[in-house]
Amino acid sequence: MTAVDLRVAQRPNAPMTTYRYDEYDAAFVSERVAEFREQVRRRLAGALTEEEFRPFRLMNGLYLQLHAYMLRVAIPYGTLTARQMRRLADIADRWDKGYGHFTTRQNLQYNWPKLVDTPDILESLAEVEMHAIQTSGNCIRNVTADHFAGVAPDEIEDPRPTAEFLRQWSSLHSEFSFLPRKFKIAVTGAEHDRAAILVHDIGLRIVKNDAGEIGYQVVVGGGLGRSPFIGKVVGNFVPREDLLAFLEAILRVYNRFGRRDNKYKARVKILVHERGIDEIRAAVEAEFAAMDRSPFAHDSVEFERIAAFFAPPPYDSLPATSASMRAAKLESPAFSNFVDVNVGAHKIPGYAIVTVSLKPIGGVPGDATSDQMRVLADASERFGFGELRVSHEQNIILPHVKQDDLFALWRMLDAAGLATANAGLVSDIISCPGLDYCSLATARSIPIAQAISKRFSDMSRQRRIGKLGVKISGCINACGHHHVGAIGILGLEKKGQESYQITLGGDPTFSASIGEILGPGVTAEQVPDVVEHLVDYYLAEREEGEAFIDTWRRIGHARFKDVLRREGEDGADI
Amino acid sequence: MPVFKHPQILIASNLTDGEVVFLGSSGWERDHRRARVARKADEATELETLGKRDISANRVVDVYLADVEIGSDGAPTPLHYREKMRVKGPSVRLDLGKQADEGAL
Repeated sequence: MTAVDLRVAQRPNAPMTTYRYDEYDAAFVSERVAEFREQVRRRLAGALTEEEFRPFRLMNGLYLQLHAYMLRVAIPYGTLTARQMRRLADIADRWDKGYGHFTTRQNLQYNWPKLVDTPDILESLAEVEMHAIQTSGNCIRNVTADHFAGVAPDEIEDPRPTAEFLRQWSSLHSEFSFLPRKFKIAVTGAEHDRAAILVHDIGLRIVKNDAGEIGYQVVVGGGLGRSPFIGKVVGNFVPREDLLAFLEAILRVYNRFGRRDNKYKARVKILVHERGIDEIRAAVEAEFAAMDRSPFAHDSVEFERIAAFFAPPPYDSLPATSASMRAAKLESPAFSNFVDVNVGAHKIPGYAIVTVSLKPIGGVPGDATSDQMRVLADASERFGFGELRVSHEQNIILPHVKQDDLFALWRMLDAAGLATANAGLVSDIISCPGLDYCSLATARSIPIAQAISKRFSDMSRQRRIGKLGVKISGCINACGHHHVGAIGILGLEKKGQESYQITLGGDPTFSASIGEILGPGVTAEQVPDVVEHLVDYYLAEREEGEAFIDTWRRIGHARFKDVLRREGEDGADI
Repeated sequence: MPVFKHPQILIASNLTDGEVVFLGSSGWERDHRRARVARKADEATELETLGKRDISANRVVDVYLADVEIGSDGAPTPLHYREKMRVKGPSVRLDLGKQADEGAL
């Protein structure tokens, strides 16, 4: 028995590997590919019915959508290497239609794979240490994290070692593979929440106590979908030593009491809502006290070993601000705008975090062609230690770029149609695939995003408006996070037509709030007009330094409703 | 039994590649204009029976009837916008799906 096998046998649910595959991981993923290949063969031969096969394909991330199958590839905590990004591009070219869609779960979806090709695709992914396991089904899904992890100046601790620890704990966890419903965990280690942890089944916030010890504030019962809830604190400071056992206790309570009689009431958010956080906390603490915690005892050596894989790259010692970048900004207004909007502060002097927008004006949010993926891979190797991130906002992050290199990077991105300077602005819209692809959707969402993007195509106007989160979902499942959009848009069916419900005041950060409905639904054609009226009203009413959400909170929802009503009476087409 | 209001066609997804297909007079068609149309309830029931047969034969999955209207050329067109999307392809990528093929729909 190898050392890995021995560890597996002794601690079946404990972390076992680093995020870079060891022989156990490689063998395990390879075996899963072979297993699925055989399942596909049996399905095509008629030995398995669709009813029998469906759980198998979903366990491997393969859905049947509106026009074709769809394969969802896991990107743990949104981190990719250049090699992996290139492989995603190669797969798009060889087995799909030359593009991929980056999702709000930091994953990637192919929209056109054939069932018969899927085992080969999974084998190709396995060669670069990727898979599609647990991207579907009632299990713990891909663990997401702050896309600025490890480089943000406001960070207490890099959340990725924790996320990787949880990924290993939750992967094929025998007790939690058939939960009442799917289960999503997000982690942040920063003072500002960029991972929307309060709207996840479990949100983890890395905190430091008065003694300077690292622990976790644990939030449970957040979620979007048809019943949106902000998560509630179930553990205010859980020491790292207790984290796995504490999460194990939460999942056990959920697995025991979560409703299996009604899929619409089966998420943990409903359990927390119906029982109340105090009862849930008591149940979790009772389980934690009663359980055998030894299998989940913290292995600090293992944690440190994992953390070592996320060690900072070999940064150069640089001045805090690059003179060449400043000079280039003066030379090129377009570059200057890119830096001002898409480039963020880095914890290391002389470096920057670059957000590459996948939201060109009038484009499909989150889509990237295979050629663009290769450019991103090349750019990360040339300028950023070969690392990329996928944000839940459906953009790509280059987390370690020298300020001195920003101009060259910008030119490279610009040539590939990847230099849209709109990160966080009104055209940086989160949108689910909607009825253009999704079999669950009740209305299209991408064309709405495109129409709004075109309406605000004047980039100087966008910059004047400032940060504004517009989020669009094509059905009540809320994959486009509309509930937490400062302006949220939900596509529904009304009397056989697509209809759009507008909400205001959503916020996915630590000051989280669920948007409030503005009024009756509007047609697709009316949506850009409504958004424009709302934005104009905000611009007229805002005070110094206020973002849209701040003004909305200060003056109240009713004022925004009133202005639309008045505009409508004046004959505006809204 | 639901009231039969409109002519109907039988829609499914092809097992091997997931493409949307329509039951025609001599098997599954990839062009909805070649779909066999049920104009009465018993004809719709017959389509469903054939669909179930081909589910069992592992040819198709996700089979259901969709309401259509009949054009002047005699070809059926779905009434609901969801199925209108399925017979063409993504409205945001006219280069993809059935609409991208020769004789665009």
